[in-house]
Amino acid sequence: MNKDALPRWIDIGLLPLINLAAALVVSGIIIAIIGENPFVAMGVMLKGAFVYKGALGYTLFYTTNFIFTGLAVAVAFHAMLFNIGGEGQAMIGGLGVGLVCLALDSLLPPLLVVTVAIFAAALFGAVWGVIPGWLQARRGSHIVITTIMFNFIAASVMVWLLAGMLMAPGQMSPETRSFAEGIGLPQIHDVLNAIGFSVAKSPLNFSFVVALLASFGVWVLIWRTRLGYVIRATGHSERAAIYAGHNPAHIIMIAMAISGGLAGLMSLNEILGVQERVILNFTSGYGFTGIAVALMGRNHPVGILFASLLFGALYQGGAELDFEFQTITREMVLMIQGLIILFSGALAYLFAPLVARIYFRLKAPSGGGNG
Amino acid sequence: MADLWMQFLLTLDATLRVATPLILCAMAGLFSERSGIIDISLEGKMLMAAFAAGTLAALTGSAIAGLAGAILVSVMFSLIHGFACITHKGNQVISGLAINILASGLTVTLGIAIFAKGGQTPMLSREARFSSIELPFAEAAGAIPVIGPIYKEIISGHNILVWCALIAVWITSFIIFKTAFGLRLRAVGEKPEAVDTAGISVSGLRYRAVIIAGILCGIAGAYLSVAHGAGFGREMTAGKGYIALAALIFGNWRPVPALAACLMFGFLDAVAARLQGVEVPVIGQIPTDLILVLPYVLTVILLAGFIGKATPPHAIGRPYVKER
Repeated sequence: MNKDALPRWIDIGLLPLINLAAALVVSGIIIAIIGENPFVAMGVMLKGAFVYKGALGYTLFYTTNFIFTGLAVAVAFHAMLFNIGGEGQAMIGGLGVGLVCLALDSLLPPLLVVTVAIFAAALFGAVWGVIPGWLQARRGSHIVITTIMFNFIAASVMVWLLAGMLMAPGQMSPETRSFAEGIGLPQIHDVLNAIGFSVAKSPLNFSFVVALLASFGVWVLIWRTRLGYVIRATGHSERAAIYAGHNPAHIIMIAMAISGGLAGLMSLNEILGVQERVILNFTSGYGFTGIAVALMGRNHPVGILFASLLFGALYQGGAELDFEFQTITREMVLMIQGLIILFSGALAYLFAPLVARIYFRLKAPSGGGNG
Repeated sequence: MADLWMQFLLTLDATLRVATPLILCAMAGLFSERSGIIDISLEGKMLMAAFAAGTLAALTGSAIAGLAGAILVSVMFSLIHGFACITHKGNQVISGLAINILASGLTVTLGIAIFAKGGQTPMLSREARFSSIELPFAEAAGAIPVIGPIYKEIISGHNILVWCALIAVWITSFIIFKTAFGLRLRAVGEKPEAVDTAGISVSGLRYRAVIIAGILCGIAGAYLSVAHGAGFGREMTAGKGYIALAALIFGNWRPVPALAACLMFGFLDAVAARLQGVEVPVIGQIPTDLILVLPYVLTVILLAGFIGKATPPHAIGRPYVKER
């Protein structure tokens, strides 16, 4: 090991925490400038996220969204692809769910419809991800620009369909009709109450279980399968992958398909878990938050689970700000999110030299004095 | 026939109004990206600038103060981008994205704290805005049939920032292609090692490029809230920064073709606004949503090399690490 290198626990544990703290300190300063007490605001958010009745359910509900979009960004990252199209992929995934449910809900039993819809969510998202992948692999377009454009195209397609041919008859707002009775995912509080636990009502649903399974699946895929190895190898060095006999174009497309599929699954939580119809803008920026989640979680499923929980708490706690304060609202969360992306993404190693100096100074006496 | 001609002229007039912020942002992006720094934060800088302009114009009653504040705030965000990308060699896309998200949250948060109007700034009076400039003889010339209205509707009656945008294209073109600074700027985006070997600071050039980008985005933001509009509204940039980025790519990172792309995208926007809800024989109602999505679709097709070829600066997106 390089003697200048920091130990792993600092690199993947301490530095991200310092970056998070820096983002929170800057947010706190802004809150103080506005004239509110940052510690009171923090307290309100924590209570709103974990303490109030049903709060934890809501927090985990948002967490579910972020697990999916965070995993999506992470899988693409391992192939050195920056997929910022999670937002669009989730929208199109939701479209897939909607089309399946609207077409089949009067024909097939609900369980079958829901199962098909889950696959449709992943498939539609995967298709919306694989097109930019193909354009990068075969036509040399830059994936960042293409996925940005695909977000806008997806949003337009949704407006066009939901205000057009998919709009519920006799309805003024751009949304589809509700799915038939029984089409939807089981709610966690119903399940827990049925087996004897008393749990407050919340929108937390079966998607959370799917998200946990997906996290495990991504861990297995990336670190325990041949394909995952090849994805990582291509990400590290495309040339090495070619010498090893792999086709980077295929790998790019496969990675983008998996990434898009994971983003598409996010729609389950909102569409099948809560709305039971397709509405406009149900993604509300969760696709972008996925980037922050993947950055904080260092592209590892375990890190992503923790980061998703953090953002879930921020979103749920942020909603509480609206009730408690006159001057701060949930948009504050967007600001904090921007700062977190800045500090843990673009400025990830801002504090590394400082930490390194302190670490080696502390270590120097026991390390023989030459470290 | 005369009516149709008038309709067409009014659409062109609207095109120029819609295209102005696109042109300014595209030139901003051009400076930054030609120097090798990807700038997807055009959107966020423009949003912050629009907010600063709206706020200052409302508080001081002066449009100039608004413009100055807009430029200052936008340059500050440029420097954050520069600090992350140039000094700390961070990921340029991530930094840009962070600025965009930060701007979305910060404008609303500060807006509520200052004005308590749900994130908007108060409506500006006429004096606190850049008003349109009627050129001499506009009324008289308008009476001349056919060509008269061209002068009256399209050329006359714009505010000063519209002219600023057009002049910015000319100045950008001059700086980039005719000055030593421009030559070095292009070189640093193509082959920073060469510039470094010649004894010129790569970081210095790149910082200057992002600062210029900040100034231009600042003017674009001020245009939205104190010239075209009469106050700041939340998310008022509505993706214009990204369209400008698309126009820049479409113009192959060159000022005049980028201007043409901005005008084309502006024209699509103006046409879509005019056709909203209009019934056309045979086709029926025109799907204006699909017209509005054309800039994005065209950019994707162009980038994929199906029509022409977009060639980005060679060293774009790569932080420069000095050889030891």
